[in-house]
Amino acid sequence: MVEITIRKRPRSEAVITQRKFFKKTARGKVIKVLRERYLRDDVGCGIHNCRECSEACTPSSSLLPESGAEHSLFPDGHFVLPDTNVFLSQMDLLESSLFRPPIILLQTVVEEVRHRSLPLYNRLKALMAMDDKSIWTFYNEYRSETAVVREENETPNDRNDRGIRKATAWYKEHLQLNNPPVRGKAPRKLPTFVLLTEDAANRQKAEKEGLVSLSVRKYVEGMKDSPQLLDLLASIEADEIEPTRAAGGKQILYSEYLPSATLISGVKAGDLHQGHFNANQYNYLEGSVSVPAFTKPVLLIGRENMNRATSGDIVVVEVFPDSEWKAPADEVVDQDSTLKNDDVESGDEDEAEDDIVTRTESKVTSSEKRSSEKQPTGRVVGVIKRNWRPYVCHIDSTSLTSINSTSLSVQTVFATPVSRLLPRIRLRTRQAPSLIGQKILVSIDRWDVTSRYPEGHFVRALGKVESKEAEQESLLLEFDVPYRPFGKAILDCLPKEGEQWVVPPKSDTSPEWREREDLRSVTICSIDPPGCQDIDDALHARRLPNGNIEAGVHIADVSHFVHADTPMDSEAASRGTTVYLVDKRIDMLPSLLGTNLCSLRPYVERLAFSAIWELTPDADIVNVRFTKSVIASKAAFTYEEAQIRKDDPNQKDDLTEGIRLLNSIAIKLKAKRMAAGALNLASPEVKIHLDSSESSDPIDVEQKELRETNSLVEEFMLLANISVAQKIQETFPQTAVLRRHMPPPKTNFEKLQDILQKRKGLTLDVSSSGSLAASLDKCIDSEEPAFNTLVRIMATRCMLSAEYFCSGSVARDTFGHYGLASPIYTHFTSPIRRYADVLAHRQLAAAIGYSPLHPSLHGKSHVERILDVVNRRHRMAQMASRASVEFYVGLALKGREERNKASGAGAVTEEAFVIRTFRNGLGVFVSSLGIEGLIMFKNDLQQFDAENYTLSIPAPSGPPVTISVFDKVVVRIEVEKDKNTQRGRVKMTLVSPIDSKNM
Amino acid sequence: MRSHTFHDRANINVEVVVASFSTGERRKRLRGDKRVLEFAATIKATFEPVIRTSLYPRSQIDIYVQVLQQDGSTLQACINATTLALINAGIPMTDFVCAVTGGVHSTSPMLDLTTLEENDIPHVTVAVMPKTKKVVLVTMETRLHVDRFEEILNLARDAGAILHQEMKEAVLSRSASLIAMAEPVTKGQSRADDDVIVD
Repeated sequence: MVEITIRKRPRSEAVITQRKFFKKTARGKVIKVLRERYLRDDVGCGIHNCRECSEACTPSSSLLPESGAEHSLFPDGHFVLPDTNVFLSQMDLLESSLFRPPIILLQTVVEEVRHRSLPLYNRLKALMAMDDKSIWTFYNEYRSETAVVREENETPNDRNDRGIRKATAWYKEHLQLNNPPVRGKAPRKLPTFVLLTEDAANRQKAEKEGLVSLSVRKYVEGMKDSPQLLDLLASIEADEIEPTRAAGGKQILYSEYLPSATLISGVKAGDLHQGHFNANQYNYLEGSVSVPAFTKPVLLIGRENMNRATSGDIVVVEVFPDSEWKAPADEVVDQDSTLKNDDVESGDEDEAEDDIVTRTESKVTSSEKRSSEKQPTGRVVGVIKRNWRPYVCHIDSTSLTSINSTSLSVQTVFATPVSRLLPRIRLRTRQAPSLIGQKILVSIDRWDVTSRYPEGHFVRALGKVESKEAEQESLLLEFDVPYRPFGKAILDCLPKEGEQWVVPPKSDTSPEWREREDLRSVTICSIDPPGCQDIDDALHARRLPNGNIEAGVHIADVSHFVHADTPMDSEAASRGTTVYLVDKRIDMLPSLLGTNLCSLRPYVERLAFSAIWELTPDADIVNVRFTKSVIASKAAFTYEEAQIRKDDPNQKDDLTEGIRLLNSIAIKLKAKRMAAGALNLASPEVKIHLDSSESSDPIDVEQKELRETNSLVEEFMLLANISVAQKIQETFPQTAVLRRHMPPPKTNFEKLQDILQKRKGLTLDVSSSGSLAASLDKCIDSEEPAFNTLVRIMATRCMLSAEYFCSGSVARDTFGHYGLASPIYTHFTSPIRRYADVLAHRQLAAAIGYSPLHPSLHGKSHVERILDVVNRRHRMAQMASRASVEFYVGLALKGREERNKASGAGAVTEEAFVIRTFRNGLGVFVSSLGIEGLIMFKNDLQQFDAENYTLSIPAPSGPPVTISVFDKVVVRIEVEKDKNTQRGRVKMTLVSPIDSKNM
Repeated sequence: MRSHTFHDRANINVEVVVASFSTGERRKRLRGDKRVLEFAATIKATFEPVIRTSLYPRSQIDIYVQVLQQDGSTLQACINATTLALINAGIPMTDFVCAVTGGVHSTSPMLDLTTLEENDIPHVTVAVMPKTKKVVLVTMETRLHVDRFEEILNLARDAGAILHQEMKEAVLSRSASLIAMAEPVTKGQSRADDDVIVD
């Protein structure tokens, strides 16, 4: 325990013990700050075996060796004292594992680095914590001999330089004092203290004071590993050493938006264009806006032209003249790595920092590196509607000024959104340290022209990163999925009997049996994925005496329970769809309906809405009728069970025969559909194996297997949907709820066509869905069976997504479904999990005269409004489940990595296909895991041939390795956490044909 | 104030005024400011058991604290100043009250914090009566880990004892100078006497 003493200093010493300076606040006020400092004599020098300081030096493990280190210029050993600019400009050198002389880090330097650049300061701190470096921090400002006071007319810079020189001189003297010459012994050769500085004036002054001083280059040249280290030297321009801080107001970074009247009139006149802003996920400095006036989206390059638009905003753009049109960059520009040295405060105060950022960015956006294909280019001149919502973010720990966990001071920090489409958000918080490593929700408040980043505020913490709850909730929030439990008003709409509800005995008076067909005796079964609880469809088929076949699709009669204009109905309409995550289902309807009353479970009577066809043995429809019914399913199969049953020749019972009959028709239906030009699309689907239902730890990932029975169910659902669509469209030509898939614009396929042509010599005919299907079938690589699937996946990405629409609001000739090659289509078969189906049910019930149509479904605008919501929810739900799968794939990978590590098998490696090439990276697709990844190369050594989609990488030995699109490579997959934000992400590196670990 | 008088002891009235120029940034604190009122209440509560109020029934002791300059540990300074002021005024007390603010930075405890330190680390102000070894005040507005609390409390108590030494010396030297100021009259007379003897 240190003794407690009171140090009293005479007033005359106040010059040294008090630090006085003036500070300008953000508001422009000037305040005088007076700080007391305690000068002491027991600040340790940090050199091993120092007579005087040994007690003050803790921890002893980080002490510097007594005799310094070897250097060709200093045979007696030396210590290095770098000045601030060395840290500011040569951090890469200092971080190198080859650069390891004993460094004495002065407090003056640390503080100046912190003052100049927080990110560099954080790197410096990480450097200090490194084990293989010997660094001693000397608190020179608190040692009475080395403390300096700023003199009059002395700049802070000069003061600091003087402080550094004083400390160097003190060290020299200190070592001599503690190694007095002993009589009879040759005087010990003492190591030298070398002041490293790039500032020539400072070197001169140091030499005048008898100190050894060198420039970094000169110092490194004398080192053992100089060739490698010299590469790391940053060439610095003279003017960059001392950034001048321009006084005065804030710098304007963006142009102001035009007044809204100008925007509206401009759009009307055709001078300006309105559209949704889409950020580019590979390059944060690029975005695009699809506008009706051009076939290609309008490209926005650089921050200034994107002018504060965030993903999803409705913006107005001005298009530049043709001569300024550019092509999109073919490079991956990652916000995190490019801007790691960007300072949080910079937007407000520091203009010099801005310049640096701008310079790096302008390098990136400069047009040299662009390929030739030009695209309309423009800039944002106004925002019609912001798409701001709370975003799930991580706090960037490098942007923190203090990481003391109890610090309550207000700090400005960066929050990095989980979505790569968004810029970093600046926020001020008092609890920054405790938020590190957590997922938090941040709202954007505003984005001023003077601020590089949007400003936001903390909403709430979701929980620790990678905890399942936090990840799940953040996913739901990120995709705007309503997940609150159902309210009382909604639950009150359920039948009073609850779980005990049953179909009442058949009678003429019971409302349930009104105009319902009794199909309880028919052999009906359902086929679903394993573990399915919400069974909304069941099937049957039987031969008719006239040789034809009767097939029936029975859909849960949700509209019997969910009536229009009830709280439950409006809730379902706003939820739009059930969302399936890997370990959770967010229901559209209360689970009593979804998993019990409406679920067509076996052996119980359930209400259904049936579509019954009479088909010829060639699967031509003779007639179709729709009816409300009561069914009793005889069995609930999984796809696998149904398949086994069908394939087992010993099974001859009614159910099996029914499945076989259904299957034979399904095959013919599919053939017909294909003949009509339906596309056989592929999407990467994987299945997550969970350890057990409670722990939900993923064990492994495998690709989903598709069986014949999957196709069986699919064909009948399509048949039912198409038949229903025709029926409701006939009856309600103005308001029928339909679904369409627009044919994709040909330009969407241009790139894929070009790649296929150049790489494989294959052509893709996109003139119609039929010709596309045919040419897709021809895309076969005899050596690579997976190639076809890959092309299909890539082709699918070129297409538009299907959407619900109201038949009265679009032209009749755009009703078609491109992918299914059907002239008309709707969704009817899953009313438990999709709201559009509920609407279709109501319309069909009205069409067959079962019940009058609710007045709201007669109104075109009302239907349109509902379908807009449903479309959006549907898209979000898909993205949410994909993200959920991705998260679990990540967890599974991590598990596999750990198991591999335990067994010594090394990292996880998988085969992958190259799907995109960039100047500095490759986009790859790992089909076994269904994930896409990005391989980035840090060195700028590779040759990129944009025309041929080829990247050639120099190999350490032998000729350069060429990699092009569609090549098969082996990648190493690791799950790593971002050091700053704790955001986990999958990192891929090449293993073969070349190992890119160090590239 | 009549209503505040007690028939058996003196009433203690504390008023704290914080000058607007006392901090780096000019900040006007009104008389009714809750923080200032709390400060006053804390000081009052600290001194009530120490001052021998029963010696002055039906009277009032006013303590006016004026903070002219502050840079952290303000409560500590106020309490110590009050102790000295009361002693200087000759008001009987059972003991000194010595206050000190302690904080803890990661694991190392520290005393007498500056504003900069107070903003960033958890801190606790402790007032002790050094002779009787009693703690009269422990106040904390931040969160401090319970494992660190005992260490810091003990440290603050030790520091209180050292403060006591310092304060005692100050009181003694003050008394000495007061006596010295009072003496010249008598001394002058005696010298006159001496003169008489010499002459």
